Amino acid sequence: MEVLVPTDTELLERIRKGDSDALELLVSRYEDRVYNLAYRMLGNREDAEDVLQDTFMNVIRSLDSFQGRSSFSTWLYRVAANAALTKLRQRSKREKSESEFLDDVYSVKEQAHAGVKLTDWSANPINQLLNEEAQNQMDKAIDELPEIYRVVFVLRDVEGLPASDVADILGLSVAAVKSRLHRARLYLRNRLSAYFSGEAQAP
Amino acid sequence: MKCEEIFEALSEYIDEEITIQKCREIEAHLEHCSNCRIVVDTLKKTVALYHAIPAENVPDEVRLRLHKVIRLENGES
Ligand SMILES: [Zn+2]
Repeated sequence: MEVLVPTDTELLERIRKGDSDALELLVSRYEDRVYNLAYRMLGNREDAEDVLQDTFMNVIRSLDSFQGRSSFSTWLYRVAANAALTKLRQRSKREKSESEFLDDVYSVKEQAHAGVKLTDWSANPINQLLNEEAQNQMDKAIDELPEIYRVVFVLRDVEGLPASDVADILGLSVAAVKSRLHRARLYLRNRLSAYFSGEAQAP
Repeated sequence: MKCEEIFEALSEYIDEEITIQKCREIEAHLEHCSNCRIVVDTLKKTVALYHAIPAENVPDEVRLRLHKVIRLENGES
């Protein structure tokens, strides 16, 4: 007998009939993705756990309102992104104001205009760059992104979702997703450039 | 194309979401503009580094607590 892996839709049908095994199966299918999203958005395990629980509680409570117009995973990501944003707003702010952020984003353009020679650290292999300290710097840099840039960056470049899915999840146009993503990436590039070129100069 | 325009199109360029025509224009610019070249290379590397960070999986004790909470919630409804 062949064992078929049930689709999300099949699991949802079973859950609506009160099958708790189906619910556990569906949660197990997505818990790592939700946790990773939450962890990258919030930057620590306690907050990530809260977001993980809030997400699945909200999902269970609003299952009846899920119409299946978008896929279950898109809907779940939407619930998870909202739970993460809610948590982010509850705690004291570590991120930059949007105007500070944008000044930083475009500082590289001004440097280039002024004829400053930029440092190229891109030839270093990833496994050499990505040590523990660098990862901490990268997490800290995400933590500085204003939330509307952070959520787009995490969904697109950390979770690896296509821009059209990110637009669907956040209720934005694809163009808005792309422009936010671009600014977030430029900001992070500036941060990493400062870090890696500073490090390269050290004896 | 000016550096200004190139700068705005770099994410679409590295994601390969632009027309062949625009791509050629950008590449022609990059050949003689070293600062834009550096921005595109380091931007690409930045994205690759974030892709390369290992995913954070749910720790075992967190998973246990989650499933316990779910069983409780589901038992009540
Ligand atoms: Zn240029």
